[in-house]
Order: sequence, then structure tokens, then C-alpha cells
Amino acid sequence: MAAVQWRSRERNYDAELQRWRPEAAALDFGDYHPLKPIMVTDTKTRRGTRKGSTSSSSSSSSSAPADPLSSMLDGTDPLSMFAAASASEPPAMSHSGSTGELGRKKKENEEEAVGPDFEPWSSKRGEILARFTTTEKLSINLFMGSERGKAPSPGSSAVSEKVRTRLEELDDLEEGSQRELLNLSQQDYANRIEELNQSLKEAWASDQKVKALKIVIQCSKLLSDTSVIQFYPSKFVLITDILDTFGRLVFDRIWTMCSDPRPLPDSFTVEDVNDTAKETCLNWFFKIASIRELLPRLYVEAAILKCNRFLNKSGIQETLPRLTAMIRGIGDPLVAAYARAYLCRVGMEVAPHLKDSLNRNFFDLLATFRQISGNSIQKQLLKQRVEVPEYLTLYSPAINWILQCIAYRAPEPLLTEMMERCKTMANNALLLNSVMRAFKPEFVAARATDFIGMIKDCDESGFPKHLLFGSLGRSLACADPPESERLTILNEAWKVITKVRSPQDYINCAEIWVEFTCRHFTKREVNTVLADIIKHMTPDRAFEDAYPQLQSVIRKILAYFHDFSVLFSMERFLPFLDMFQKDSVRVEVCKSIMEVFIKHQVELTRDPVILNAMLHICKTMHDSVNALTLEDEKRALAQLIIGFIRMVSFGRDFEQQLSFCVEARATFCNLEPVLVQLIHTVNQLAMETRRVMRGSHSRKTAAFVRACAAYSFITIPSLSSIFSRLNLYLLSGQVALANQCLSQADAFLKAAVSILPEVPRSISVEGKLRSSESFLMDFINNFLATLLVVPDHPEHGVLYLVRGLLNMVQDYTWEDNSDAKVRVYISALPLLAAMSQETYLYTIPKVDSNETLYGGDPKFLSEINKLCETLIGQILDHLKTLARDESLRRQSALAFSLFGVLLAHGDVRTNKLSQLTINLWNLSHKHGYCETRFSVRTLEYIKYQAQQPDMTHLTDTVQRLALQSRT
Amino acid sequence: MSVTLDIRLKRANKVYHEGPIQLINSNIEVAKAGKIPGGKTEIPFEFPLLTKGNKVLYETYHGVFVNIQYTLRCDLRRSLLAKDLSRNCEFIVHCQPQKAKVVPTPVKFTITPDTLQNMRERSLLPKFLIRGHLDATNCVISQPLTGEVVVENSDVPIKSIELQLVRVETCGCAEGYARDATEIQNIQIAEGDVCHRLPIPIYMVFPRLFTCPTLETTNFKVEFEINIVIVLHDDHLITENFPLKLCRV
Repeated sequence: MAAVQWRSRERNYDAELQRWRPEAAALDFGDYHPLKPIMVTDTKTRRGTRKGSTSSSSSSSSSAPADPLSSMLDGTDPLSMFAAASASEPPAMSHSGSTGELGRKKKENEEEAVGPDFEPWSSKRGEILARFTTTEKLSINLFMGSERGKAPSPGSSAVSEKVRTRLEELDDLEEGSQRELLNLSQQDYANRIEELNQSLKEAWASDQKVKALKIVIQCSKLLSDTSVIQFYPSKFVLITDILDTFGRLVFDRIWTMCSDPRPLPDSFTVEDVNDTAKETCLNWFFKIASIRELLPRLYVEAAILKCNRFLNKSGIQETLPRLTAMIRGIGDPLVAAYARAYLCRVGMEVAPHLKDSLNRNFFDLLATFRQISGNSIQKQLLKQRVEVPEYLTLYSPAINWILQCIAYRAPEPLLTEMMERCKTMANNALLLNSVMRAFKPEFVAARATDFIGMIKDCDESGFPKHLLFGSLGRSLACADPPESERLTILNEAWKVITKVRSPQDYINCAEIWVEFTCRHFTKREVNTVLADIIKHMTPDRAFEDAYPQLQSVIRKILAYFHDFSVLFSMERFLPFLDMFQKDSVRVEVCKSIMEVFIKHQVELTRDPVILNAMLHICKTMHDSVNALTLEDEKRALAQLIIGFIRMVSFGRDFEQQLSFCVEARATFCNLEPVLVQLIHTVNQLAMETRRVMRGSHSRKTAAFVRACAAYSFITIPSLSSIFSRLNLYLLSGQVALANQCLSQADAFLKAAVSILPEVPRSISVEGKLRSSESFLMDFINNFLATLLVVPDHPEHGVLYLVRGLLNMVQDYTWEDNSDAKVRVYISALPLLAAMSQETYLYTIPKVDSNETLYGGDPKFLSEINKLCETLIGQILDHLKTLARDESLRRQSALAFSLFGVLLAHGDVRTNKLSQLTINLWNLSHKHGYCETRFSVRTLEYIKYQAQQPDMTHLTDTVQRLALQSRT
Repeated sequence: MSVTLDIRLKRANKVYHEGPIQLINSNIEVAKAGKIPGGKTEIPFEFPLLTKGNKVLYETYHGVFVNIQYTLRCDLRRSLLAKDLSRNCEFIVHCQPQKAKVVPTPVKFTITPDTLQNMRERSLLPKFLIRGHLDATNCVISQPLTGEVVVENSDVPIKSIELQLVRVETCGCAEGYARDATEIQNIQIAEGDVCHRLPIPIYMVFPRLFTCPTLETTNFKVEFEINIVIVLHDDHLITENFPLKLCRV
């Protein structure tokens, strides 16, 4: 092929724009809406059979093609199928299956179960296990065999050996297997109990009902052992788990006995139960009634309390009071209190409406309270070396639970009565504490002043007062006392709290009261509280053991103080933050502050207090980054800091904003996304300046925008990501150009060109290695588009930057077998063609582009043409190298795109260029790799173009473009 | 080489009788001779319990000296080549409930060192005062025994309070009579140093297999007693005995 002669097609952009501007068509909104066809306007209740014969029942309002998703399913989507199915079910199920079920359940629940507002036992158990721990050694003593080995039980004198054996038959499966496990740590103990739980389930599953019962009896016996008393509450939790399992197993077993022919409904009555099931159930009760020892007999019967429903209507109602009275036989008040808690627990689960037993339990508990100061207990405490205050706290979970059950949906007069009764008791601090924990916060809050009075009256040596104030504070955190009393309450409470000696006790209590303080008072009071906490927690670095509580303090403050100027004007807030000296915790705290800031700071700010504090916090986060920091963590931190930077605005004081960015750059130099944001901020600043000056800079503003450019120019090289650098160079170059900083713009663009060779062949995108080619192509195309308006540098030659770029492209080591380079060349042609126009497609106000500089100088045009010819030459050479079989497809595609470019941008009236286009068309079709559909469209377009004025010459060309049928 | 043969009695002190007294014996044919089809065949049957001669039918009862037991035996006779089949099965007989109304007979009791009999050294005994009551000593066998016990005061802590149900069998025969008291149930109603002045419930379900209505016949008697046993921490044992009369209503 002979050398081409390039001439750009002359364009009249305005005329073209006019021509292509579509005619405005009036829209009729009445009927048509683009989203309407897929709207189902009518869903008939129809069984969702998917047989093809019936057509879709969801008719649509327009005749548009059916929604592909619904047509897949023959018109009925699975959700409407369900709806349709349930709607056609018998009316008893009401109108939809699920809601009907729910409705029915709900009605039952009012009678038979507690609502979701009742805090379930399951949420308490973890807390108890975590709180009541011991380092003492524990023991488990299980008599899986007969009791013969045990000290002869009283009254046995009259018993014949034979009968005894017979009586204990149910105890006698593994003959005489007495197991005593000593020296168990707490964890061992829990594991052993869990093992027992497992063997219970196994025994049950293998139909060894007697063995299962035996396990449960032995476990319940463990509850009468109060050695290592501080562990008792946890022991109770572990063992009652087993009892619960047992209760469930027995109930389910009997329930399944009645499930033939169909399962019993949840609301079954005695009449639904068959005789076999009743007999089995009765047997269980008889077996349990003959358990010798009080505690197991009590616990095991309580565990299967629910089974009374199989026997008669009033069973539960009669059993509960009996079991309640039976507890009076338990001599140890702690053991009794927990037995009561268990009874209330199963009672609440099975028959929450039977309030009388709950109250009875509580009054019995009060009646036995005097035992605590009795000899037996005092001796025991002395022996175990447990102080009275600690001993008293052991009661808390049990009493709290009982009171919670009583207080649930209870009328106020009852609660008042309970409170009055507590007042008259000795050791009432313990009760008081439980009352505050268990009763509705609103109830407590309304009487907060009363409670404070009672707390003050409590015996100093008994229950720890900080716990009492803690409980009060917890109530006040969710319910408000009368407004007039609030300040007094706070003062009274804090007077006591501040005197708590142990830092741990202090912070546990103070942390609770922070909420109340934040809720009702101003920064002044909160500041005082913070100061007090700092004072208590600083000596001996006590804060080190209290990070969770201190974090909670911050969380609470942040929940109430969203105005950061107020927050940071608290003098002690930042010193408070200084207590977080463990890096991970400190960063955690800073992050939580930042998150709140980003969420709640709506207005841009320049408040120096906020800025200083935030910079300090952000710096802390930034400085936590090291070589080991995970990428995700870095990203999260960077996002938070960016969030802050975006909220900073000095209004019209642009210089200060710039100096803020300078400072921020120095502070956050290790987080690249932050630097990127800073560059964007500065670029935005420059554009903002331009907007304010309406495009004409004064000397001062010109200097300022140059300063902005300088900022970007020196910041960009510090970024490690090559594409960040490239894109920011380009962007900053555009900004500089827009601000008439020609030499700066030149510098940016030159810098971009000069680092092109550094672009690696592959880059990591979201952790995966990917070829960089497409990114690079994107960038270059973007860059070329900018070059149209960049005037040539007076000291460098014509098209200095374009040539520079093309040279870099030529020298770049592209991937093997890649057409990228040639594609860049093809993309450069439209740019060059655009440059040869008399009036450019776009310009920048107050910047003279080459159109003005050269004014259509023929020398300039011929430079362009020469350059184009060189490029085309290169492209054609490349096409030749693609003549081998395996690259024919690429050849065809490239030839076709060059064809398109020539036709669109070249002046094909010249013979040579015209011939070249036709050759390219033929080349692209030669091997049948061109898609016919595409070719046909192209031809149609050219025909259309040919009808336009000045384009008639295309008619001739079209006739020479033949469509080749694929062979 | 010598061979010795030894006989040992399991219970040397047990009085052995000549054999059981038969109260009833009746035979019915539940199915005629013929072929029973393969698979499971259920043959319903019923027959009245008619006593033998002038004997009285007693409730099923398993005791030490006295056993009253009713069994069913089903024999399946088969042709020469096959073995006959036979199964035994015990069935339980309960008397018709008595029509008469049981009059509850409540009993109050007070136990102090002074009320005790059968004591070695009264002076060594600590002071205590225990009161209580049984709601009835005429008990319906299907209803629990109920009552209350209150520890008014006690110098020594209580260790345990228990209810002991004792059955007394008396057997008369030519040589005189034999009496045997057996504990058939012992349940604890209080454990540890219970709270003083707080009533503790007495509650015992009569065990089904070991109790029957109080029975008095010419040959034997089956009677019941309840002991309230209080164990003090120094292992002093205080027992209060109440005879019971059980009946079925």
C-alpha cells in the first residue's frame, strides 16, 4: 500500500449539533410509564399450579412484553403462589396462613406465655456464670448406686434390708457406682456437668429412662452442697440446665405418645390425652413422689411441672403452691432462695398467670431472711472465710429473678406493698437492690428520692452501697425521675460513688451514672463527672483494668452529645481520652468518636476547638498505622479521616483552608487515600476560587491558585499507586488550565507523560492481579481529550505534548500479542483531526488553544497531517503483521475501527484516502470475521450520512463497499 | 474323694407356710379349636371374677409375709408336632371403693423432751418444742397424707425431718402369730436447720405397689403407721408414731 495522504475532514460542530439534536416529543403521561408494564395490577387468587395450559393470571396494564422474570414461572411468582394458596385455605385459618397463625398464637400468649417484654432466663445465665466464679477446688459427689454405702440414714433402723433394696431399685442401675470427683477447677466442674447433661440425653435416647431419672436426681442433690459457696449461683445455672433438659424430654415423650393420629395442638386439654399417656405421666409423678431426699424431689417435680397438663386442668395450679410450701423445709436460706427462683422460673414458663405462688415465694423468702444472721450461716461463712457483703451478693440473681417475675405486668399497688415490706426487713439492702433491679425502671425512677433515702439508711456493713447505687443508676438510665429532683439525685448519688475506694467498684458504678448525667444535664455536669473519673482512675494506672467501662463512658457521652463544639469544650474530655493508653483500645475509641462525628456533624465547620480535637484524634488513629496494620483497617481509618477532612471548611478564607491542607498532609502522610482526598480538596479549592472570581483572577488569587497547583504538584509524587498519580496529574493539570496557570498545567501533563513508562503490566485490584492495559488505555484516551485544549509551549515544538505522549506509547513495553499500542494510535487520529479544525469543539475560557495560536496556519496543519500519516503508516504495518491465521480476527477488528475513524474524521474525497478506506473495509471482511449485522448497520449509517449536504461524495464510496456473504 | 452337699436357706428366719391359699380358679375357652391364620391375631375375652367357695377376694398386695397375687395363664394347645404355648401375666385387683364416707380424724401433736418415752438419759437431751398436726389419720389411699410441722424452737440445729411410712403385717397361725414391721417409704420433708416458727408441710403420696387398704382377716392383718422422725444435728433421733387407717373411696 502506498503512503497515505491525510487530510482531516472539515467539521462544522454547531451545524452538526443542530442536526443531531433530537426533536422534543410530547410525552403523554396518562397511560404510559416505562415501569408500568411490569407492574402486576391484578392478582387473582388462584392455586399456583404451574401447568402450561392456564395462562398467567397476573394481567398487566399494557401490552408490553411480559416481564421475563414472571414469564419464567408461567406468570405466577412463588410469593404470590403462597399468598394464593393460603387465601384459598379454609376460613378457619383466617385470611393468610402465617398471619392467622400469628394472630392465634398471640391470643394464647396473653394467657399462657410471657411476652417479649419479659427478660428471659437465658439472658441471665451468661451473666451469672461470668460473675460468680471461684478459684477454689470443687467436688462432685454422685451416688449412682444404692445409698447403702452412705452413713445410715436416720430412721433406717426399722427398715429391713430387702425392702430398702427394693425401694431403691430406681437408684440402682449401675450397682454401687459411687463417684466422687475431687479437686475440680471451675471449668472442670462445668465440663463434668455438661457431660452429665450429655449422658442424660444419651440415656434417654437409648430408652434408659430410669438411668436418666437417676442422673437428674443426683444432679439436683448437688444443689444442697454449699461448700465453695461463692460458686453456688453458677452451680445453680449449670444444674438447672440439666433439669430443664429433663423436663423437656419427659414432656416431649408424653406429648408424642398422644400424637397419633395427629400431633396434639399446643393448646391441648386433658381430653385430648389418651390413657396410656396419662398412665405414663402419672407413673413419673409417682416415681418422683417417692424420691427420698427433699431437694431432688422438689427440683425434679418442678422440672416436669408442665406435664401436669396431661393429667388435669388444675394440676399446675395445685402443684405450685404445694411446691412453694415444700421449700420451707430447706434449711439453708441460700439453697432455698435458689429453689424458689427455679420454681418461679418454671412457673413463669408454664403458667405466668398464677401470680399468687410467686408472691407466696417472695413472702416466704422474706420470712426466712432472719436466718442469714443466724448461727448456722455465720459459722458457715467463718469456715469458708466469706465476708457478709460478698455472701449477700450471692442472693442477688435469685431474688432479682423472683422479683422480676412478680413485677412483670404487676399493678403498682403490689409493687408498693413489696417495697414497704422490704423496708421493714433486716438486711434490706439486698432486697432493695433486687427491687431496683427487678421492678420497672419507671416505678423506680418515680421514687428515686425515696430509694436514695433507703439506701442511705442501709447498714454500712451489709450489702455494698455502690452496688445499690449501681442498680438505681441502671433504672434511671432508662426512665426519668421527676425533673425537680434530678439534680439532688445526681448530687446524692455522686457523693457516695466518689467515696468508693476500689477503682474497679468505683468505675462499675460511675459508668452507669454517666448515662443519667448525660441524659439530663449539660456539659458542665458531665465535665465534672469526667474529672472525677480521671481522678479516681489515674492513680496506679487503675484505668488499665477498666478499659471496657471507660469505653462505655465514651459511648454514652457520644450518644447524647452530638454537638462536637460542646463536646470538645468539655475541658476533661481530651484528658479523659488520654487514659486510653493501650494502643488498640485508644484507636477503637477514636474510631467510635469519628463515626459519631461523621454521622452527626451536618454542617461544615471551622471551629478551632473541634478542629484541634479532631486533628488530635485523627492523628492518633493515623499514628497507629504500622507495617503490620491490615489493609482493611487502613482503609477504614483512612475513610474516617477523610470524613473529617470533608467536614472542614473555612468558608471564604481559602488561604487558611490551604494551610489546613498543608498541615493535614504532614499529619496524615502514611495514609494514601487521605493524601488523595487532600489533593482533591485543594483542586476543589482552586476551582472554588475561580468561581468566586468569575473566571478572572486578580494578582492575589492567581498567586493563590498557583499555590494550590504547587501543593498538588509536590504531593502527587508521594503516592505509590501509579494510577492515582496519573489521574491526579491529569486532573490537577485540568484544574491548572482552567485557572489559566499554563506552565503549571504543562508541568502536570508532562509529569504524567514522563511516568507513563513506570506503569507496570499488571496491577493489583482488590487483591487480585490484573492486567493494567485497560486502565492505561482509559487514561490515555482521557488524556488525549484534554490535549485538544492545551496550547503548545512556546519554547517547544509544535504538538510537543502529543508527540511526547505518542513517543512514550511507542516505547512502552506493551503486552505480547497486544494491539493496545495501535489502538492508541487509532484514538490519536480523532484528536489530530479535531486539532485541525478552524474552531475547536471545546475550549477553556481565557485560555488560548492552538486554534488561536496558529489560526489555521498551513504549516501547523501539514505538521498534523504528517503526524497522521505516520500513525496510519504504523497502523497499516501492524495490520500486515497480523496476516497470520491466528491473528486474522484481530486484524479484521483493527481494520474495521481504522475504517470507522477514517470515514468519520478523514477527508475521504481525496482519492488515496478513499481507496484506503475501501481497502480497509475489504480487509476487515476478507476472512469473514466481521459481523454482518454490524457491517449492515455501518452501511446504513454511511448512506444516511451521504444524504447530508457536503457529504454526497459518500454515495460513491458506499457503492464500492460490498457486503461479503460469509462462506 | 468325698462329695459334700450343702443346703443354705436364703432367709433362715422366714416362716414358711405350706403353700398359697387359692382364692379363685376359673377356666374359660377364648377360642375354639381350629386354624389361626398367619400374622397377628387378637382374641378379645372377658370373664367375671368369681370366688372359690366362701372365700373373699382381697386387693392385690405384695408384702413380706403376705402376698396376694392374681395371675392369668393362657395356654395354646397345638397339634402333636408343635409345642404348646403358654404365657403368664399378673393382673391387679382393686376392691370396689367403699361407699361409706371417710371421716377425717385430724391429730395435733406437740413434741418436747418431756413428751418422749423410751429414753435413756432425759437430762442429756437439748431443749426443743415441735408442734404440728396431721389432717387425717383415716386416709384415702389415693390421696396424699397431709399436715404441717412447726419447729417452734430448738437449742440444737435440726438436721432433717422425715416421714416414715411403716407397714405392719401380722400373720396368725397355729403356733401363735408373727408380726413384721417394714418401712415402705421414707421421705425427707426438711433438710438442714429450718427456719423456726415457719410451718413445714407434711405431704406424702402413698406408694401404689406397697400400700393397700388396711386389711384385717381371720388369718392375717395388714396395717400402716406413719412416723415423724426429727434428726438433730447431734444425731439425736426423735420419733413420733401415728397409726393410720387406709381405705379406698
